Amino acid sequence: MSWILLAEQTLNGLQFGVMLFLMAAGLTLIFGVMGLINLAHGSLYMIGAFAAAGTAAATGSFLLALAASLAAAAIAGVVIEVTVIRRLYDRDHLDQVLATFALILILSEGTRWIFGSFPLFLEVPDYLSGTVTLPLGVEYSRYRLSLIVVGLLVALGLFWMIARTRVGIRIRAGENDREMIGALGVDISRLYTLVFALGAALAGLAGALIGAIQSVQVGMGEPVLILAFVVIVIGGIGSIKGAFIGALLIGLTDTLGRFLLPKLFSLFLEPSAASSVGASLASMSIYILMAGVLLVRPRGLFGGT
Amino acid sequence: MISRQLILALGTALLATGAQAEGVKVGMITTLSGGGAGLGIDVRDGFMLAVEQSGRHDIEVVIEDDQRKPDIAVQLSDKMIQSEKVDVLTGIIWSNLAMAVVPAAVAQGKFYLSPNAGPSALAGKGCDKNYFNVAWQNDTLHEAAGAYANSAGYKNSFILAPNYPAGEDALTGYKRFYEGELAGEIFTKLGQTDYASEIAQIRASGADSVFFFLPGGMGISFLKQYADSAVGLPVVGPAFSFDQGILQAVGEAALGVHNTAQWSKDLDNPTNAAFVESFQAKYGRLPSLYASQGFDTANLLISAMETADVSDQDAFRAALEAADFDSTRGDFTFGPNHHPIQDIYVREVVKEGDVYTNRIVSVALEDRGDAYADECKM
Repeated sequence: MSWILLAEQTLNGLQFGVMLFLMAAGLTLIFGVMGLINLAHGSLYMIGAFAAAGTAAATGSFLLALAASLAAAAIAGVVIEVTVIRRLYDRDHLDQVLATFALILILSEGTRWIFGSFPLFLEVPDYLSGTVTLPLGVEYSRYRLSLIVVGLLVALGLFWMIARTRVGIRIRAGENDREMIGALGVDISRLYTLVFALGAALAGLAGALIGAIQSVQVGMGEPVLILAFVVIVIGGIGSIKGAFIGALLIGLTDTLGRFLLPKLFSLFLEPSAASSVGASLASMSIYILMAGVLLVRPRGLFGGT
Repeated sequence: MISRQLILALGTALLATGAQAEGVKVGMITTLSGGGAGLGIDVRDGFMLAVEQSGRHDIEVVIEDDQRKPDIAVQLSDKMIQSEKVDVLTGIIWSNLAMAVVPAAVAQGKFYLSPNAGPSALAGKGCDKNYFNVAWQNDTLHEAAGAYANSAGYKNSFILAPNYPAGEDALTGYKRFYEGELAGEIFTKLGQTDYASEIAQIRASGADSVFFFLPGGMGISFLKQYADSAVGLPVVGPAFSFDQGILQAVGEAALGVHNTAQWSKDLDNPTNAAFVESFQAKYGRLPSLYASQGFDTANLLISAMETADVSDQDAFRAALEAADFDSTRGDFTFGPNHHPIQDIYVREVVKEGDVYTNRIVSVALEDRGDAYADECKM
């Protein structure tokens, strides 16, 4: 095993982590501000990817496709919030889970109605394809490197927004005491719609960015949703900082686990058994990490007291 | 009063249809929703096309969606056997679902015709006189890929597949025929969508070729990322990541890749030419491997109905064994364990106009049965 390979794998883990952050950020904001468990967040990721694939096929422009993914997911978010979610804030979590699970089914079958059952095509644009050579001779995919940069920029923007802008102040206030900021004259239902649309747009962007190197198909959001929930549980529900650290931890643990565990087992097992046992353990690694974090800090790394 | 009359009328109607149904009632359990829906839809459309073309009105097909979940498939099969009283079951795409449904169904005296899944457990010790596989035994296409790798001169393959029974069958099948060294062997997570880690290992391994079995969406993701990483080693695999349904989603990344299959749209026989043309005319898309398997399954059933009545199980079974139908694959016979003995081809992904598709370049294995037939005692 060479250091170059290890460096490349670390970058892969980082890339996976920042994309998970885009998903987890919206999820944790929505839970933190409105106390809502939104299982349909993965469907917004799917909507972003389909909107991007549709736009790219029609116009051939990747940037337009990204813009379309943001817009489509945000609009879908607003529509969903106004028609369904708004009625759920006062209900208990079980009702929310039931209703948003129904949304998953409706959105998935609706997407199949419009786009059909076969996966769509979305491609990395020419100017981002191929590889670049980084210092120390690491050859790395230009697109994945761009994903890391975009993810970090979005994270920075989000931190700035929450720490420095008026909307950010209201979001933080909403997390602390929902009723009080309503009493102080902030239009709480508009704030809710805004937060939901923001979370939806981030999920849609992640869907479009990832869709270019994966398969754009119905149901693509659900596996990511599960990971995003693991992220916000590790990071502490409601905390953007927690979501960021949690996402990077999960990304690195999953990628390096898949890479290193089979190697570790091959020291004392025959190759095919080692790769089978290592792969099985690697797919458990993030859940073991989650259990470990919860043992030490039951409310997550950055959860409130 | 009215309701009693209604019930009476309904009852009579039911009796009437019951008396009429001398033909065959088929229960099709297949995947019509979720990520794997494309495969089930193709099998269904191929099957129904053959039924329609036969012009027979004595075949009734009940179609249900298993959502790719074994528990739902089991419920559906119970329902079809107990309340629908079907004679023949078919349709299942995935091996884990087949393992949950088939043994119980054949134990209750139903025929099962598999249009896709061919797990090794049902080909060897677990074979059954009422179970017929019209597609292939799972290992077969991978064995052909191994044979092709030898003839292409590959000496150091990197191989990967998902960590589940069919994935293990795949690597076993490849290694059964492949004679070179292995640069690496990886089991990925089932349903995994990111392969950056595996591709980095391929790049570092010094391999001269890559063999992979990643069906459906997994294969799309892998191929796009593999092309983007510019590793550039030749890739070989079974047809499952290169079928008509997903090639358009992979795009240019698949061009030139060699893959192995028992069927291709340019296979030169009259049945196949007519099938491709009529499928395209009816559904507005090119047929896939899965559609051809659905079509063959229905034609096998129809050929058996022409010589025997399904209520006479022994005669019907003998008629199925004879496999006296025109297959889209050309020659088709059953081995002793009711699995096909057939030629497996090497195909290459090409672009015809705007459409990505496959064409045959050579024959990988001739008259290949499977490795488990000897263990089957019927």
